[in-house]
Amino acid sequence: MKRRTFLKTTGAGLVGSALWGPGAIRPTRAADAGPIKIGLMAPLTGVAAAGGREMVDGWELFWNQSGKTVVGRPIEVIVEDDAGTPDTALQKARRLVQQRDVHMLVGNLLANTGLAVAEFVRGTGTPYFMPIVAADNLTQRDRIPNVLRVAGFSASQMPRPLADWCLKKGYRRVVTIAQDYAFGHEQAGGFAQTFTEGGGKVAGQLWNPLNTSDFSPFLGEIQNQKPDVVFAVQTGADASRLILQWFNFGLKGQIPFVSSQNTTDQSVIRTMKDEALGMISSAHFAEGRDDAANKKFVDAYQAAYNKLPAIFAAELYTCGMWVAEGIKRVNGKVEDRPAFLRAMREVEITASPLGKTRLDPYGNPILDIHIREVKQRPDGKLWNTVLETYPNVSQFWKYKPEELLKQPPYSRQFQGIKS
Amino acid sequence: MLRGVQWLVAAAALLAVLAAPSVLSRYYVNLLTEVAIYAIFAMTIDILAGYSGRTPLGHGAIFGIGAYFAAYTVAVAKGPAWAGVLLGIGAAAAVSLLFALLAIRTSGVSFLLLTLAQGMVVWGICVRWTSVTGAENGIRGIARPEWVADPVRFFYLTVAVAVLAAWALHRFVSSPFGLTLLGIRESESRMRTLGYNVPLHLVLGFVVSGTFAGIAGTLYAFFNTFVSPTNVALATSVKGLLMAIIGGVGTLFGAFAGAAVVILLENFVSMFTDRWPIVLGSIFVLTMIFAREGILGKARLLLARETPHLTPKGDES
Repeated sequence: MKRRTFLKTTGAGLVGSALWGPGAIRPTRAADAGPIKIGLMAPLTGVAAAGGREMVDGWELFWNQSGKTVVGRPIEVIVEDDAGTPDTALQKARRLVQQRDVHMLVGNLLANTGLAVAEFVRGTGTPYFMPIVAADNLTQRDRIPNVLRVAGFSASQMPRPLADWCLKKGYRRVVTIAQDYAFGHEQAGGFAQTFTEGGGKVAGQLWNPLNTSDFSPFLGEIQNQKPDVVFAVQTGADASRLILQWFNFGLKGQIPFVSSQNTTDQSVIRTMKDEALGMISSAHFAEGRDDAANKKFVDAYQAAYNKLPAIFAAELYTCGMWVAEGIKRVNGKVEDRPAFLRAMREVEITASPLGKTRLDPYGNPILDIHIREVKQRPDGKLWNTVLETYPNVSQFWKYKPEELLKQPPYSRQFQGIKS
Repeated sequence: MLRGVQWLVAAAALLAVLAAPSVLSRYYVNLLTEVAIYAIFAMTIDILAGYSGRTPLGHGAIFGIGAYFAAYTVAVAKGPAWAGVLLGIGAAAAVSLLFALLAIRTSGVSFLLLTLAQGMVVWGICVRWTSVTGAENGIRGIARPEWVADPVRFFYLTVAVAVLAAWALHRFVSSPFGLTLLGIRESESRMRTLGYNVPLHLVLGFVVSGTFAGIAGTLYAFFNTFVSPTNVALATSVKGLLMAIIGGVGTLFGAFAGAAVVILLENFVSMFTDRWPIVLGSIFVLTMIFAREGILGKARLLLARETPHLTPKGDES
């Protein structure tokens, strides 16, 4: 009896599929039967290649864990190297959209590559998610409806809680030292504005060119200004060099030193010991944060790649969760772009390496931002742990969005300093 | 006979290109547009490297200045597109005059380094002058005029401009004036003894080259809708020179072959491997070893085995 029913159903199934075949299913669900194609762009060659690798690793870790299928549709990821230059990024974006027919674009690291791609998708309407590109204006004055900063942050958003924390610590005179490009200007501006509006004073602002090999002139200038605290915005090799020279000059412990998320990023402190111990920074990710979802991610990442994850990896991992959730909400119909983008805007991530997060109406995440301290793990490795958390920080901090948008974007000339 | 074959090949290529948009996807149309723009740019480098015996490493900056002026006029100052084009080309011509006056009395490695330095100055300005150039973030939102907003139409426009530029530059190098440049390449002292004002001729050659580089630059701004310091950087100069060399220095039209090879390689090899610069580098090395005359130079050599007198000489500097 049982066997007979089994035969019947399988038989019917077999005959059915032989008669109709896959072709029978496709015409009725033509739009949503094939794989969902996602174009991932990251710099895999050029100056930002190390960061690009971590992006891809974080992204792949998520999809390997979750299985590469969402609501029955397989996920096909096409990885492209943007080489860290806007022109290559644009070339690759064109190929992904016009030739590979991707349903959405994800990624890019450097602000100028992201800006170039954003400009391109303004014309095509392709959903574009940028978990790393932090240029303020992309979710402020110069928004594009199909460009969302999923799992990322806007540059000036991140240092504002840190400025507040510095004020609470009683620091009143700050010297900022930031890389001399838009991202550095925006992060320093966010800090300087919040710090001075809270009663602090900016004693000096130093701008070092990208790839500064010797910080000693800047360090001399910092000592001359006699600040209560120094705020640094450095990434990659610049961050390593500043931290090492700060230590070698004997300034560590003499002058309090706080920094942006990238300066004490795992990718920087991985090879350090005493130089980086105890450094303070602010970020939405801390690899040492005591939280189940975070631990799960950090352990899996360590098992897969034999190192602790950096911010880029956490952002791409969370972006993966976000995209999967968005696809679920539209039941796999990513072809309906307005519906898919609306779903992406409505997604609320409750447990992730970044904790709880959702987008504000401007397409930028509202985040729990942690004040982090570099500590040593029992196994000797350094990592960032949480000192204090500012919950639900938006890119507009405590301002009304309209008010903040009235002021010009941050630049070397405009730092929002209240005198 | 040889010229007949060449015209035939050129006409066939042009026909194929004109028919391309009806068979190819938009992506390939965009690639071909890029090839045409870079071909103009590589030709301008060839005017100096191939016909005047002076290899420039700062032409990317002139190209980029054209792009920046067009971008600023259209995207920031909200001016009309024609104003952007005129200003872009004008600025490129003016800057190339300035560069020429500074660099033209040198030759060989000194010329290479001087033009390199000039290019770096322009790059430095673009990176530093945030309020105007947007620094690293560049200038975006360069809207094309309505009638060429469609990529296919823009492609036809670009091809038309490229063909016109090729014709004009061909007339230029085969004119009596162009021949004096060849003469200067072969022997400066002899030209001077013959009574030619060598620096003046070189300056004029440089400005003509720079003006056309500006044309390529403005086209690029409208093609890319985005300009950033990468466009004026050394990498762009080197890319153009690479195209000129692979196509065949001193062949002018070789620029089209060179641009096609470099851009198609960049796009197709990178589909299969992240290490595509290695492939590009190897091809460059192989070209240098086996076909120093470049693609077009080699093709002409092969075609002209029996009558070898017409082939242009490869650049010696």
